[in-house]
Amino acid sequence: MGADKVEIAINTVKIAIIFLMMIQMVPLLVWLERRGSAFIQNRFGPNRVGPLGLMQLLADAVKFITKEQFVPANAVKFLFLAAPVIALVPAALAFAAIPLATPIHIDPFHLLGQSWGPYTIEMQSVRMNVGIIYILGVSSLGAYGLLIAGWASGNKYSLLGAIRASAQMISYELALGLAIVGILMIYGTFDLNKMIEMQQGPFSFQFMGQAYEISWLPNWGIFFQPLGALLFFIATFAESNRLPFDLPESEGELVAGFHTEYGGFKMLMFFMGEYGHMMVGAGLVTTFYLGGFQSPFVWQTYDYMLNLAIAHHGPGTVASALTTGYFLIWFSIKVGLLLWVFIWVRWTLPRFRYDTLMDLGWKTLLPWTLGNVALTAIVLYWARAM
Amino acid sequence: MLDQLLPILILLLIVIVFGAGMLYLTSLAGPKAKQTPERLMPYECGIPGQDPQTTKFPVKFYLTAISFILFDIEVIFLYPWTLIYIENIKQMGGYLLISMGLFMGILVFGLFYEWAAGGLEWD
Repeated sequence: MGADKVEIAINTVKIAIIFLMMIQMVPLLVWLERRGSAFIQNRFGPNRVGPLGLMQLLADAVKFITKEQFVPANAVKFLFLAAPVIALVPAALAFAAIPLATPIHIDPFHLLGQSWGPYTIEMQSVRMNVGIIYILGVSSLGAYGLLIAGWASGNKYSLLGAIRASAQMISYELALGLAIVGILMIYGTFDLNKMIEMQQGPFSFQFMGQAYEISWLPNWGIFFQPLGALLFFIATFAESNRLPFDLPESEGELVAGFHTEYGGFKMLMFFMGEYGHMMVGAGLVTTFYLGGFQSPFVWQTYDYMLNLAIAHHGPGTVASALTTGYFLIWFSIKVGLLLWVFIWVRWTLPRFRYDTLMDLGWKTLLPWTLGNVALTAIVLYWARAM
Repeated sequence: MLDQLLPILILLLIVIVFGAGMLYLTSLAGPKAKQTPERLMPYECGIPGQDPQTTKFPVKFYLTAISFILFDIEVIFLYPWTLIYIENIKQMGGYLLISMGLFMGILVFGLFYEWAAGGLEWD
């Protein structure tokens, strides 16, 4: 976090900015989702307010803010109001641990007659050596927000939706947790930053004491664990309650599931939680399987970009920040493409039935992930120890 | 330790202040309609709403939660095992592989037993 006041202040502001950026992504994603669904269904979508309908976001925000604050008579008032915040917290906390780009190195500078620095500002709110455990632990708290919302609403639809949601989330959490064991074995670390470092360069591996290298492929996790990547991605859909797994709110059966009684900004906070989980899922897939913020097909990118920036701006904070910006763009591209896949799938596949959903979780994903773990362990033993 | 946890606490505080603050501010901005008993009723299509305290839901959900706890503990044991396995794969990889295989085998047997006994069926 930091040793002196300026560093703590910079880090606190950075944490707030990353959180607010995540929140600001939600209206954009809603817009993208509406435009994307219109594109897929051969409609126009929102295109009246502002260029490309982008001002629709502002109009929606105004609408959300000026809604009545409604608490039904049956509801447990405190929990009813607390549930949206509880739904938002896990997504925000989990997103904080995902590395967004390389750190910015700030040179020593003078301020208020004192000299400060040098500082290294990480482009992630929380840097931990057990990042994965933290993210899995925190994001599984998401079930509590839905459960409390459904129970405190005092409505049978909400309750049924909440119970469905929690059963679904815990079922797919197993697949989620097991799917990444394979990739953890390959990296041999729980630190997300180290994982990204290990995905640098061309595709290379050791097999039976010999080193192999394929120069035209990046060294990404997806090439080591294609099955694990697919299973993990499926499980993130269920964890964020997205179609085809949006049984908790299936509007044909349960009105709106756990958020039937919610409106206005409370409703928006559930949306933020859901889209936040989507972003965490996309960020994790990027970090584990797609090389994180590294750019593909250009090896030694960090040194190259840093030297390029230094050649134009001289060594110092600006060059470091420009390099960070380059990696941030790559991270955004990868996460953006994955988020588009989330939207694409939602408007392509129909919803599961509840029994087929649980069957998929327990009878398909769980055995396959277990098989993936066993296969990876055996192949690694064969490749590295023999 | 605190050094790693402090950003989380700050972020938690920011999120809670944001959420609670927005709830309070939007309650100031929104209209204040007169609350009649009909208006405060839980959402239902015209008929009186069913009390959630008497709403029944299948006991299957409890069974799912219990199975989840079993397999989640398996996952918890797997995580530290992966690191130890990769670090010591040359010296004692075979021993670690077999011991974890036995542990997982028992749980996988449990999964298939539950499957065969119909514990995973939803009708």
